[in-house]
Amino acid sequence: MKLTLRYFGMIAEATGRTEEILNVSDQIKLYDLKDQQIKKYKIQDPEAVQLVVNQDLNTSTVLKEGDEIAFLPPFAGG
Amino acid sequence: MMRYDRQIKLDEVGVSGQEKLKNASVLIVGVGGLGCPAAQYLVGAGIGRIGLIDHDRVSLSNLHRQLLFTEADIGSTKASAAKQRLQMINSEVEIDVFEEPLNIENAENLFQLYDIILDGTDNFETKYLINDACILTEKPWVYASIYKNEGQLAVFNYQEGPSYRCLFPKTIRQNISCEATGVLGVTPGILGTMQAAEVLKIILETGNVLSGKLKLLNILTAQDQVLNISRRPEEIQKIRKEGIIPVRIECNISDETRYYLDIREIFEQPKITSDKVIQIPLSELEDRLDEIPKQEEILVFCQSGKRSKKVVDLLQAEFDFNNLKNVEGGIETIIDNN
Repeated sequence: MKLTLRYFGMIAEATGRTEEILNVSDQIKLYDLKDQQIKKYKIQDPEAVQLVVNQDLNTSTVLKEGDEIAFLPPFAGG
Repeated sequence: MMRYDRQIKLDEVGVSGQEKLKNASVLIVGVGGLGCPAAQYLVGAGIGRIGLIDHDRVSLSNLHRQLLFTEADIGSTKASAAKQRLQMINSEVEIDVFEEPLNIENAENLFQLYDIILDGTDNFETKYLINDACILTEKPWVYASIYKNEGQLAVFNYQEGPSYRCLFPKTIRQNISCEATGVLGVTPGILGTMQAAEVLKIILETGNVLSGKLKLLNILTAQDQVLNISRRPEEIQKIRKEGIIPVRIECNISDETRYYLDIREIFEQPKITSDKVIQIPLSELEDRLDEIPKQEEILVFCQSGKRSKKVVDLLQAEFDFNNLKNVEGGIETIIDNN
């Protein structure tokens, strides 16, 4: 299935892009996807990164075709 | 009332709304890039009483974005300099100045004195402190944060809405401030102004307060989006039960009974604070071998365990160190995550 990943802040810098379309196995779970991308791009402090599926935080971990997943880090500046 | 005529004309304000603004009080924590524009608009709108807390002083590199200040203010405390300027805009507003940092001792007492807290801070420690103190004093707070050209905006602890810990139960181990990364003046200008707008909506009880939501803005792409966030009741209960839980960005070693050698370069994060750790960056190691004891067992670490393995092998083979052991898996496996 195809998923759209959106990256913010330092994650967008680590990945070198703000958006990516990924073709993955239909069985993939949200947290497997997170692990996979964290490893691929060597993203720091993965436990702080929140995943937001279709604009909703803490929804189901089961993914489906066309889902949009935002990788959201906390920001500190002000 | 002539001063407020243009906003009283709005149905959302009216004479009764203006009365609500006059009876309201707001504490602005941090009078910097976010706090300056927020304070300016709130004072302009006629909020009855505004508190400014900041222990910092105005510097030249503040002036491109903290537009309440002028060159003549350099060296003055931000809270006092801001008050002086704000009273010139509106002398009817009562302004309290606190030239001190917000901390675990003063936060709850200060928050009791105000209706709404506005977060103009630039570090995670204070954001979690504001969050926890707001839960304990039952005050809503208006959050904003910036990373380079991106911003986040939300209202936390408003009515039955989520808190900051519901969004980020864990944080990253370094503060990345605007001083460090760089920022356009307009970015905190926009975010701080939007924070003021949320404050006005809360007081006027109008519109949709940005609670249970997180707004993300990208100044470069001019795109924004709103995400839904929900309560994690356990995160709120934890604070009600235990009180403020201090967040530390620098980290400690979990087993302080051992000795360590940190061969990472000085810029690598997170920084470790412990007298059980000798810090000798790999680039200086050859010249500083005499600083490494040869008796006790020493655990050598780097970020991932790769460089430290080479160091252990090399020092053993060529310099006769038989007391060194590599930390496989790197720093993550030895730091205290609590």
